[in-house]
Amino acid sequence: MKDVELKMLERAKALLEGGEVARVIGWKKGDFCYDVSPASFETVEELDGFVYNWFCGANLSKYLIEMSKKEGKTAVFLKPCDTYSFNQLVKEHRIKRENVYVIAVECLGKLDAEKIKAKGISLITDVEVVDKDVKVTSAYGVETLYKPDVVLTKCETCQKTHQVKDEEIILHERPERDVDRFAEVAKLEAMTEEERFAFWRSQLSKCIRCNACRNVCPACSCVKCVFDNPASGIAAKANDSDFEESMFHIIRAFHVAGRCTDCGECSRVCPQNIPLHLLNRKFIKDIDNFYGEYQAGETAEGKTPLTSYTEGDIEAKDVFNGEAK
Amino acid sequence: MQEVTEKKEFTPTIVAFCCNWCSYAGADLAGSSRLTYPANVKIIRVPCSCRVNPSFVLKAFQQGADGVILCGCHPGDCHYVTGNYYTRRRMALLYSFLNYMGIEKDRTCIEWVSAAEGAKFAAVMNDFVKKVTDLGENKRLTDLRVKEGE
Repeated sequence: MKDVELKMLERAKALLEGGEVARVIGWKKGDFCYDVSPASFETVEELDGFVYNWFCGANLSKYLIEMSKKEGKTAVFLKPCDTYSFNQLVKEHRIKRENVYVIAVECLGKLDAEKIKAKGISLITDVEVVDKDVKVTSAYGVETLYKPDVVLTKCETCQKTHQVKDEEIILHERPERDVDRFAEVAKLEAMTEEERFAFWRSQLSKCIRCNACRNVCPACSCVKCVFDNPASGIAAKANDSDFEESMFHIIRAFHVAGRCTDCGECSRVCPQNIPLHLLNRKFIKDIDNFYGEYQAGETAEGKTPLTSYTEGDIEAKDVFNGEAK
Repeated sequence: MQEVTEKKEFTPTIVAFCCNWCSYAGADLAGSSRLTYPANVKIIRVPCSCRVNPSFVLKAFQQGADGVILCGCHPGDCHYVTGNYYTRRRMALLYSFLNYMGIEKDRTCIEWVSAAEGAKFAAVMNDFVKKVTDLGENKRLTDLRVKEGE
């Protein structure tokens, strides 16, 4: 990972020095190795804080909505999953493609600091990954963990590849793998209505409505949103009924249906660990079943499933009869 | 003191979204043909079935509806040519999703009723009201604040 970081830093410096771009979007060091945050670097000196490590899970494409409006080009480092969101935002005319220089960077799956901490390891100072072994150095010594146990939930089933790039920095090839990202959705579908209701009620009642899922979601970037309006009476009030969280999450999932690229950021940022990606994946699974395979963000052109139709579409009542194509 | 033993019979509240050009006229025809359908079906007239935003359906449930039915022109017959094709996709996904969240699938329904199908309108409503009555009160997707005190 260190070699990739150096290569990225080298390119970022060259681009800024050469004046080809006005700013570079990447990740910035925090106090610890695991609290990196997205950042914009405008000078070579600022790049001192640049970092690319096993905890750079954040999707940078949403920042380009604002950055691509600025003067001068913006260079951005995009992981495979981020490029789908990027394409989707270009398609929706939110990102000005001509103002962005995309550098595709490799990603072998990112680690979840919370999952490592849950293993009883605190004061993490460094992390090294060799194949499937994660060597975590902490104040209490070195421990080796099994990588699939501690990767971000969104990386567990990721099979994405770069969909857009102006150049690439890929030093290690990610091994091909065959995983079913709908396995958990199918498990829920196999339950009875009561069980499903109990599952979602227990999950969603944890919601504190911090709006982190909305704020981080690349698809959730409407110019006007009711949650940005303090006069709407929605923000900052106690819940009176369990119903409210369900309503919020149903509507949010529907709003991004057909546009969600399954980047998994919603689940990553949820402070209550609600598996929000399972809501979006249900829509993706249904769209695949009913209207043919569709992956949002694969291209920056074409219509989305909800803005198109065919005359022979499935009827709503046949949805439950297992008559889907 | 006398104990009240009489049990209140459950009558569901049904919200029916009907498009102006077909289903609403179909409801009209059902009425003028003296066909009966339950009085607890509350019809909301919309310009096109496509006008029904998924949040309308949710709002109806929130405000205490026990079932929501959406009626529009038959696919291909939309007054606005393509409106109901979009409705069909949208509602197929929404209903499937609500079921995934644990809402009983019989609480949601979509039927195509033309202006000439007064008899079908009455039959559809009778059938739907019966299904929802069997299911009982909607407790999963309702805001407790709108329920009357028990």
